[in-house]
Amino acid sequence: MKTLIIIPAYNEEENIKEVIDGVKKEEPDAKILVIDDGSSDSTASVVKNTKKADIIMLPHNLGIGGAVQTGFKYARKNTYDMVVRVDADGQHRAEEIRDVMQPVVEKKADMVIGSRFLAETGGYPILTRRIGQKIIAFFTSLIARQKITDSTSGFRCYNKRATTLLSKYYPTDSPGGEEIIFLQKNAIKIKEVPISIKMREKGKSSITTLDSIFYMIKVVLSIFINVLRTPIIK
Amino acid sequence: MEINLYTYQILSIIGSILILLLLIELVRKRKLKENYSLLWFGIAIVFIIFSIWPDLLFFIASLLGIQYSPSALFLILITGLYLLLLHFSVVISELSEKNKNLSQKIGLMDLEIRKLKDKNRKTR
Repeated sequence: MKTLIIIPAYNEEENIKEVIDGVKKEEPDAKILVIDDGSSDSTASVVKNTKKADIIMLPHNLGIGGAVQTGFKYARKNTYDMVVRVDADGQHRAEEIRDVMQPVVEKKADMVIGSRFLAETGGYPILTRRIGQKIIAFFTSLIARQKITDSTSGFRCYNKRATTLLSKYYPTDSPGGEEIIFLQKNAIKIKEVPISIKMREKGKSSITTLDSIFYMIKVVLSIFINVLRTPIIK
Repeated sequence: MEINLYTYQILSIIGSILILLLLIELVRKRKLKENYSLLWFGIAIVFIIFSIWPDLLFFIASLLGIQYSPSALFLILITGLYLLLLHFSVVISELSEKNKNLSQKIGLMDLEIRKLKDKNRKTR
């Protein structure tokens, strides 16, 4: 299967090299694409120097959703069978990419979410953020009529049909929960697999507490609005 | 028909005409698109009508059952402004969607160009 691994990055000069090295070591046959979402640091040159990944440099910051969608558009244009999304901060373990891909490879699911909460594999110490994630997961599960334990996880795998859908439309304002509902509404089969995470070692998160609260409200709103939308593909 | 003009009426007629002239000037200098100017022209004309014929306001107020007729004016103005602002938010949303698509396209094309250049260098 022709696989594309997308890594959206915003000011991650300190972590990105290790992430790429890790992914390349575990998945040498997959193509790695970093989407630099208008970073002001040297993320782009760090990526270029590794010579292991391609890089798309967006002219200005689009936010995580806009960056991820760029990856889907690239996958569509170059006819990849499968897309894996990994975060650039190093919290996802490259060894687990195979686990996240497996249900798609075995055709048991169209989209897979690597869940941090499915099994108690790794702690997540930021309490406020964890509460927010639980609330989003609750509403997502409620509307998707399927138990989703981690709707904000950035560790995901998509098959061709899911990629096509998301290249056409991506919930750029509040990705995560809304993406799940959008896909589910368009008859995409979603499955969760447990993952463990590593806490950020270097650099700092682009999310502040106020951002988290605002994000949560936005996500819950967009999740409910999505109920009123009709599927784009029959 | 005898026409009695009060000072406030003269002032508001002059004011409304100045607004209308400002709009024409902005469109003439292409600082305001015809498309978006229509709405403003409509508003300016409503201003002129109300300045020439203030009784219209009393009429509308009594029609709506409003005792204090200036409140009818505020009601009309606020509703109009609210709809106008909503219209702008819709336009901005459309623009930001287009802007996002453009940025993504630039990013994708930039990568393609870099790859083509690399290939070119190798074959030469």
